[in-house]
Amino acid sequence: MSQLDYLAPATADEAVKALGGAGARAMAGGTDLLVQLRAGRAKPNVIVDLKRIAGAVGIRQEAGAFIIGAATSGAAIGEHAALVKAWPGVVEATNLIGSTQVQGRATLAGNLCNASPAADSVPAMIAARAVCVIIGPGGRREAPVEAICTAPGRTSLAPGEFVLEIRLPARPARASDAYLRLIPRTEMDIAVVGAGVSLVLDGAGVITDAQVSLGAVAPTALLVADASLALVGSKLDEAALAKLDAAARDACRPISDKRGTAEYRTKIAGVLARRAAAIAYSRAGGQA
Amino acid sequence: MSDVLDRPDIGHNAGDDLKVVGTRPIRPDGADKVTGRAAFGADFNMPGQLVGKVLRSPHAHARIVSIDAKKARALPGVKAIVTGADFPNLADEFHEGGEAASNLRDLAMNVMARDKALYDGHAVAAVAATSSAVADEALALITVVYEVLPHVQEVEAAMAQDAPLLHGRMFTEGLEARPDKPSNIAKRNRIARGDLDAGFAAADVIVEGRYTTQAVHQGYIEPHACVASWAADGQCSVWSSSQGQFMVRTYCAKVLGLEISNIRVTPAEIGGGFGGKTTVYLEPLALALSRQSGHPVKMVMTRDEVFRATGPTSGSVMYVRLGAKTDGTITAADVELKYQAGAFPGSPVGAGSMTALACYHIPNFRITGWDVVTNTPKVAAYRAPGAPISAFAVECAVDDLALKLGMDPIALREKNAVRDGMKASYGPTFQNIGYVETLEAIKTSPHYQIPLGPNQGRGVAVGFWFNVGGESTAALHVGEDGTAVVVTGNPDIGGSRASMAMMAAEALGIGVEKVRPIVADTASIGFSMLTGGSRTTFATGMAVVQAAEKVVAELKRRAALIWEVSADHVAWREGVAHCLDPAKTDKPPLSLEAIAAQSARTGGPISAQVSLNAQGAGPGFAAHICDVEIDPETGGVTVLRYTAAQDVGKAIHPAYVEGQIQGGVAQGVGWALNEEYIFDRDGKMENAGFLDYRVPVASDLPMIDAIMVEVPNPRHPFGAKGVGEVPIVPPLAAVANAVRAATGVRMCDLPLSPPKIRAVLDAKEG
Amino acid sequence: MSKQHVSTIVNGDPVEFLADPGMTLLDALRDELDLTGSKEGCGSGDCGACSVILDGRLVCSCLVLAPEAEGRRVETIEGLAHGSELHPLQQKFLEHAALQCGFCTPGLLMASKALLDVNPDPTESEARYWLAGNLCRCTGYDKIIRAVMDAAAELRQERV
Repeated sequence: MSQLDYLAPATADEAVKALGGAGARAMAGGTDLLVQLRAGRAKPNVIVDLKRIAGAVGIRQEAGAFIIGAATSGAAIGEHAALVKAWPGVVEATNLIGSTQVQGRATLAGNLCNASPAADSVPAMIAARAVCVIIGPGGRREAPVEAICTAPGRTSLAPGEFVLEIRLPARPARASDAYLRLIPRTEMDIAVVGAGVSLVLDGAGVITDAQVSLGAVAPTALLVADASLALVGSKLDEAALAKLDAAARDACRPISDKRGTAEYRTKIAGVLARRAAAIAYSRAGGQA
Repeated sequence: MSDVLDRPDIGHNAGDDLKVVGTRPIRPDGADKVTGRAAFGADFNMPGQLVGKVLRSPHAHARIVSIDAKKARALPGVKAIVTGADFPNLADEFHEGGEAASNLRDLAMNVMARDKALYDGHAVAAVAATSSAVADEALALITVVYEVLPHVQEVEAAMAQDAPLLHGRMFTEGLEARPDKPSNIAKRNRIARGDLDAGFAAADVIVEGRYTTQAVHQGYIEPHACVASWAADGQCSVWSSSQGQFMVRTYCAKVLGLEISNIRVTPAEIGGGFGGKTTVYLEPLALALSRQSGHPVKMVMTRDEVFRATGPTSGSVMYVRLGAKTDGTITAADVELKYQAGAFPGSPVGAGSMTALACYHIPNFRITGWDVVTNTPKVAAYRAPGAPISAFAVECAVDDLALKLGMDPIALREKNAVRDGMKASYGPTFQNIGYVETLEAIKTSPHYQIPLGPNQGRGVAVGFWFNVGGESTAALHVGEDGTAVVVTGNPDIGGSRASMAMMAAEALGIGVEKVRPIVADTASIGFSMLTGGSRTTFATGMAVVQAAEKVVAELKRRAALIWEVSADHVAWREGVAHCLDPAKTDKPPLSLEAIAAQSARTGGPISAQVSLNAQGAGPGFAAHICDVEIDPETGGVTVLRYTAAQDVGKAIHPAYVEGQIQGGVAQGVGWALNEEYIFDRDGKMENAGFLDYRVPVASDLPMIDAIMVEVPNPRHPFGAKGVGEVPIVPPLAAVANAVRAATGVRMCDLPLSPPKIRAVLDAKEG
Repeated sequence: MSKQHVSTIVNGDPVEFLADPGMTLLDALRDELDLTGSKEGCGSGDCGACSVILDGRLVCSCLVLAPEAEGRRVETIEGLAHGSELHPLQQKFLEHAALQCGFCTPGLLMASKALLDVNPDPTESEARYWLAGNLCRCTGYDKIIRAVMDAAAELRQERV
C-alpha cells in the first residue's frame, strides 16, 4: 500500500523539517496537487499543508509594498481593495485561475510552484517584478518570480524549501498593470497564451518603465526584454504597439498541442501584449 | 396484455379546456433534488459491498496475448477478478432497444475485451476488493501482455484499402455485390428518389462542399455507477443509473447468459444521459464480480473512464451537392455521409441519412451512408443520433445556396419546405407537421429584426427528428383518500414524472398535487422500452392516460353501483361523478374522494394498468437563429443571441419543454465551437476530462429564447410530440452559418475553434 | 498508513470521523458522514458538482483533503433549507424549472448561495461568470440564471 501522511505545521520551521524528508510535497491551496494525486501523477509520502503556518494566509502592507502569504486564496486577494488598486493586473491574473470554487483555495505561490508554463498569475507577477520569500533548511532567501520555474513542472527550489511570501513592490504614481489571456471558452480553461504588462508613466503620459511577460509560449513564462525597448519613451502610439507586437512574437518559443498550435500562439502573444499594454496604460492614467 | 395502439383523436386535444396540461406546476421530485436527497447511481450502498474497478487497455489497438492476475489475486482484500474468459461468447443477435439496435455479440465484447483491445480505454479485466485502494493496487498487479497493432481512427483512413482491420470478419453490407475481402466498412445504406443527373442538369446554380465533424461526448455530469448483487440462489439485483431499467435487465441477462426473471433492476435517479446511458458498461461486470466474490459489488466510473470508454457519437466526413433554379427551387441533392462507428458497427449513419433532407421537398436526391469501424470508443446514442451531423453539412450547403441565389435563408427554406401530404425523403407521408410554422416563427421573431454590428453575423438552420413511440406500461392506483399513484417504468431524466402526473391528473379531473408519480423497478411494473428517442411523454404518457381513462370508467361504474343506476347514466366531469338518470336527479355528485372511500363496499381497490406499443409519434421540426460576434484578432466567437422555434405538438409542462430546447441548443453550440475528441499519435485520448473537453459553461451562453409552436399530434391524447431531441439538430449549422456571415468565409470543419477561425481570416487577407 | 481523526462542524453540527490522509473532503462527506448530496462529476475541480462552503468560501470538496477540515466549518446542500422550509434559492430553482436531471443542482445551489452571500444584486453577467465552474449539461443555464436572479431579488426584499 502506498504510504501517505498529512501534516499541517503551525510554524515555518516545522514545515521546513517536514519538507526535508523524502517524498514530501508542500501544499498551499491544493488545487493542482489533489488533481495530480488522483491521476497518479504525484505520489508523495507526506503532504505538508502550509495553510496553518502563522502568516501564510493574509496580505499586509509594508512601506507601500504588499506581502502576500503563500497560502492566501485568490478570493482573498481579489477582495483586498488596496492591492486591487495598486496591482490590478496581478489580481485579475490571480482571479482568472480556475473557477470561483478554485479561487476559494488557489494561491499565488501554488500557481508559481506548480511550474506550469501556462499559469495565469506568473506572467503578471513577473511583469510586476514580484519577489518570493523562500524558507528552507538554509534559512531565508529571496528570489525574483522569474527565477523559480526552470522547466514545466520543475522549480529552482532546493529540497526542503518552500515559498512563504510573495512581495509586490510599492507603486509610484501613474503606474499600473494588466493581464490578459486567451482561452477557447470564457472560463475554466488553461491559458493558450497569457500576457502581463506593467507600466510607469511620467506626468506627460510618456512610459518611463515597462515590463512585459508572456505565458504558455515557452517552457516557462518569459520576460520579454525587447518589449521594454518598444514601449519606454513612447505614449503607446501605434508604432510602439507594433514594435511591442513584434517583440512579443519574436520572444515566443511555443509548442503545438491540444490547446493551440505554435503558429497561433505566436500571433496571439502579439495581440494580447498590445491589448494588455493598452489597458495598463489607460489604468495608469495615460490618454492613448 | 399489450395492444398496438394506432387510433384517432380520443377527444382531449389541445383545443379542449385543459386544467392541468399546459400549466407549470413544481415537479413532484423537485424537493428531493434541491435538498440533496435524490439518490443517484453512486449514492446507493449495500451492506458488505466491495469496490469494483476496471483495468483498461492503454493501446488503441492490440492483441491481448495473455493476462496474468496471480499476484493480484494473492493481494489481501482482493475478492474477485474477471476477464473476457469469464463471459460467454455470444452469437450475432440484434436487439431493438428503443434508440438504436444493438448487436449483443458486440455489446458483450465492448463490455469486456476478448482477444483484442480495440480502443484506448477498452476494458480488459475487472477486480473487486475490500477498498478502493486495494482495488487500485490489484489493477496495478495484473500483467497484460499486449501485441500492439497499427490503429486507425479517422473515418476516411479507416475506409482505405490498406487500413489496419479491426475485425477480420466484416464484409460490407448493403453493396450490390458482397465484397470478397473484409474491411472496416460495416455497411452502406442508400436512399434515393427521382433522377439525380436530370435534377442537376435542370439546376441554374450548384453548390457543393466537404464537411467534417469530430467525435463528441454526451457529457452527462453523472459518471456511470451501479451496485450489483448475485445471491447464492442466483437471484440478481442491480441498482444503477441508466435510461432504462428494462434495458439493463435485458443486456445483463444476455451478456451473462441469465434468465430475465432472475434479475431485478432498480433505477436510480439519473444524472443526465442524452442517449449515452442507453447501454451497459459496468452492470454485467459488477454482477460477474459479485458472483465470483459472493458479495455485492459497487462500481463507479471516473470522468476519465467516462470519456475513454463510453459512447461518444461519431466523427464524420460528408459531401453535399445541391442544385437549384434561380427562383430557389431545389432540383437535386447528393449527400454522402461517412460516420465513425467506433470499435464495433452501429454508427447512427442510418438516422443521419434519413433525416439529412427531411425538411426539404426535393424531386431528385441520393443519400449514401457509410458505417465505418475505427479504433475509438464504440459510439452510443447521442440526442437525435446522427441527425445533427448530417444537418450540419446540409444546412451549411443550403446557406451557401441562399447566398449564391441572393435569397433570404428562411425564404429559401420556405420555398422548399415539406408540408402535410408530402412524402418524406425517408419514406412516409407527413401529416400534422408544424415545420413551416417554425420558419414563420423565427422570421417574425424580434431576434430576426435586430440589426447587426461589425464582426457580427447571423445564421439560420433547421432540423428534423422522427420521435418514436414503442412499448410502455403504466399503472394507476387510487388511494382510499382519493389521491392517486401513477407508476411507470421510465427513468425520469428531465422532468417526466411531472408530465406523467399532469396527464394523469388531467384525465382523472383532479389536481396534479393529488397524483404521485413513481418510477418502478423491473419487478414492479410491466415492460417499458428505455427513455430515449423522445418517446416517454408520447408513449408512456399515452399509457398513463389510458390507465387513467380505465380508472375513470371504473369510477363511473362504482358511482353507478352506489346510486343504483346504469353506468351510462354517470357523467365524469372535473373529478366528480354526476348522476344523469332522469329518475334520480336528486343524487348529489360523488367526488373521486367519496367513491374511493367507499371502494371496499363497491368491489375493492380501484386501479388499472395499461401496456401498449404506441404508434404515431409526431415528428419534430425546429428552426433556429444564432447571432455571433468574432474577434478577428484572436478568432474567438461569442454567441450573442439564440432563438429556437420548435413544433412541440402540445407542451404538457411548458417550462420543461423550454428546458429541453435550451439544453439541446447548448449542447449543439458546444459541438459547433469547442467540443471534440483529441487523440495523440498512439491513438490515446488526450482530453479525457472536463478541463480540455470543453462543454459550454454558464458564461459562454446568452439566454436562449425558446418559441414553442403547437401543431397538435392527433395520435396523442393531448397532442404531444417528442421534444427532447430535435433541438440539438440545427445549432451546429446555425452557429457555422453565423460565423460565415461574420467572417465572410465558409468553414466546413467542426469545431470552429479560435485557431481555425484566425487561420481562415489570415488566409482571406492573404 | 494510519487514519487521522478529524473534528469539524458540518451544517452547524460538530462531527468526527476517521480519514485516510489522502481522502478528499467529498469522500468524507459522502462515505463517512452519509451526506451524499454533494456529487462527484469529475474529481478534478472542473464540474462543481461537489461544491461546498468551507469557512465561508466556496470550494470544490474534491479538491480539499478531509484532514484539512479539522476545526473548520463546512456547509453542504443538506444544510441549505431551514428544516422543512426551503431556502429561496431552492424554491426558485423549482419554480423556474432550473433543473432537469438534478445532478448538478446541489453544487449549483451552494455556488449560488455563496454568490448571493457576497453579492446580493448580481448582474446576469456576474452570475454567469461566478457559476462558470458549475457545469450543467441539461438546461443550457437559461433557467438557472433566471432562478438565481429571482432568488436574489426575493432575498433583497426580505432584507428590506
